[in-house]
Amino acid sequence: MTTRQWLLSASPASQMQARLGRAYVGWQSFRQNRLAVIGLAIILLLVLVAALADILAPYDPLASDLTQRLRAPGDGFLLGSDGLGRDILSRIIHGSRYTLMIVALVAITAAPVGLIVGTAAGFLGGWVDTVLMRITDIFLAFPKLILALAFVSALGPGIENAILAIALTSWPPYARVARAETLTVRGADYMAAARLQGISRTRQVLGHIAPMCIPSLIVRVTLDMAGIILTAAGLGFLGLGAQPPLPEWGAMIANGRQFLLDQWWVATMPGIAIFIVSLGFNLFGDGLRDVLDPKRGQ
Amino acid sequence: MTDLAKSGGGMDYRRHFARLKRLAGTVLSVATTFLGLLLVTFLIGRVVPIDPVLAAVGDRAPADIYERVREEMGLNLPLWHQFAIYLGKVLQGDFGQSVLTARPVLDDIRRVFPATLELASVATVIGVLLGVPAGVMAAVHEGKWIDHLVRFIGLIGYSVPIFWLGLVGLLVFYAQLGWVAGPGRIDFIYDGYFDPITGLMLVDTLLQGEIEIFWNALAHIALPACLLAYFSLAYIARMTRSLMLEQLQQEYIVTARVKGLPERSVIWRHALGNVSVPLVTVIALSYASLLEGSVLTETIFAWPGIGLYITNSLLNADMNAVLGGTIVIGAVFIGVNMLSDLLYTVLDPRAN
Repeated sequence: MTTRQWLLSASPASQMQARLGRAYVGWQSFRQNRLAVIGLAIILLLVLVAALADILAPYDPLASDLTQRLRAPGDGFLLGSDGLGRDILSRIIHGSRYTLMIVALVAITAAPVGLIVGTAAGFLGGWVDTVLMRITDIFLAFPKLILALAFVSALGPGIENAILAIALTSWPPYARVARAETLTVRGADYMAAARLQGISRTRQVLGHIAPMCIPSLIVRVTLDMAGIILTAAGLGFLGLGAQPPLPEWGAMIANGRQFLLDQWWVATMPGIAIFIVSLGFNLFGDGLRDVLDPKRGQ
Repeated sequence: MTDLAKSGGGMDYRRHFARLKRLAGTVLSVATTFLGLLLVTFLIGRVVPIDPVLAAVGDRAPADIYERVREEMGLNLPLWHQFAIYLGKVLQGDFGQSVLTARPVLDDIRRVFPATLELASVATVIGVLLGVPAGVMAAVHEGKWIDHLVRFIGLIGYSVPIFWLGLVGLLVFYAQLGWVAGPGRIDFIYDGYFDPITGLMLVDTLLQGEIEIFWNALAHIALPACLLAYFSLAYIARMTRSLMLEQLQQEYIVTARVKGLPERSVIWRHALGNVSVPLVTVIALSYASLLEGSVLTETIFAWPGIGLYITNSLLNADMNAVLGGTIVIGAVFIGVNMLSDLLYTVLDPRAN
């Protein structure tokens, strides 16, 4: 029996075999989408660059050398140097860590909050549902960036506060998704079976409903990643996110603004990095949606 | 016969009642959303690490003066009481004083809002004029190059940082090519040559026959408006495409074609006519979201609107101004949402 046959077996012998088989089928259909594979490659590259930043970066991202300031791309510096003579390529390479950190922290804080709020609202129903969804609607009524701005202005600038502000504005759509998913599985026969076995309500939600919400939640979070990156970069650009001298991409663009007309590369290079990474997440998210959530792909 | 008339009247009455009930529901939900918005801004104002009393009396003030000022500011009251006072003030349009301009925040916002309104309006007009036809063409030629092009434009729009694209635009179209004017709403030399009537410069200059200044204002607004229009175009085209695809599969389209109607009329009159109602909602939402896009765009183009006002206040820790601006933009958002809901019920006969 080949591995492929084992994976595609109609009668899997174990839970693990079934899961691996499903993952294999999913990967097969994901692979058909060439753009999605490119997106995945971009994300993997981002992770790799962030992990190996110390090895890959030709210069120290923070060491300034005023004799080397504003060198054009190619002139000893592949992407040029900025106003303090720092290598832009090295700063972009190290900046990938901040981008990855922002995306990861927002995802692991906002998604669980949305999941809990949404499943609780959908499962409990009644006034709990009304109140929770009202709160969700209030947060949705705000434009995201404005609310994040207001939060950061209260908490004070800094990358941690920017992440917190973005997380605070990101959870409501996840709660909506989780609630909709909960409502469809709440009445399913397997839930009745679970209830008849007398398992507790907490276990019903965590063990039987929440797992059903996770695929659509993952799709939604992935599709949001680009937006999160852009918001974080926007906060950084306004001077409210990462503070100098940290090589955060949005802050780097703000830094290059004063040299825009004569030394265009200082502001444009980090923007290209933001664009490529956002594009990667968008392409990957689209492909993931088609695999995990075929209904909504149409 | 009389029975029929009676039951008809009853239906009518019931329908009116249902409509009234829905209206009441909308108003109630808008009111609670607005209340929630104010609660959020109030709490944000409360968590600011700056002690407002300390800021007023200085850190060398003796304890009794500190206490007295604290009481005068109402900060010794329970939180719900403070919120009630805050609510009363905001509902009267009192957002407090701006530290930066030393004027009431509401006056400042009234002064800067037309600039944002002008920018967002021009952008939306461009976005609709290009986005709707693009979406229709993409749906009609599904899977062809035009469909891919529209998708590609949308994908770029969702991936590119707006402030970066603005800077690149300035670099290329202003500095290199010289096609458009630079930052600001108008050249310095024209300042004060015409009266602000509506606050919309394009309208004001035309009303007063200042054609030369009109062209100058147009040269200034072109780039930021096109930038915002790009994002609204991407969204409008995508939504138009999916709405049109749904309509083009309907049987009445087949009927119209079988009747021998020209394809142009089938697509642009019959199909597009039927998506016009949801399209109004899409356009309204994109219009409101341009307010958000204006924060970064106005910063790039030194456009003196509400976005620039908020960011300037932020950098100067001017909380009253920041929260005032947040409330106004949030209120416009809620208002536009409600209006598009209402429009939907008015325009779509099936919604009754």
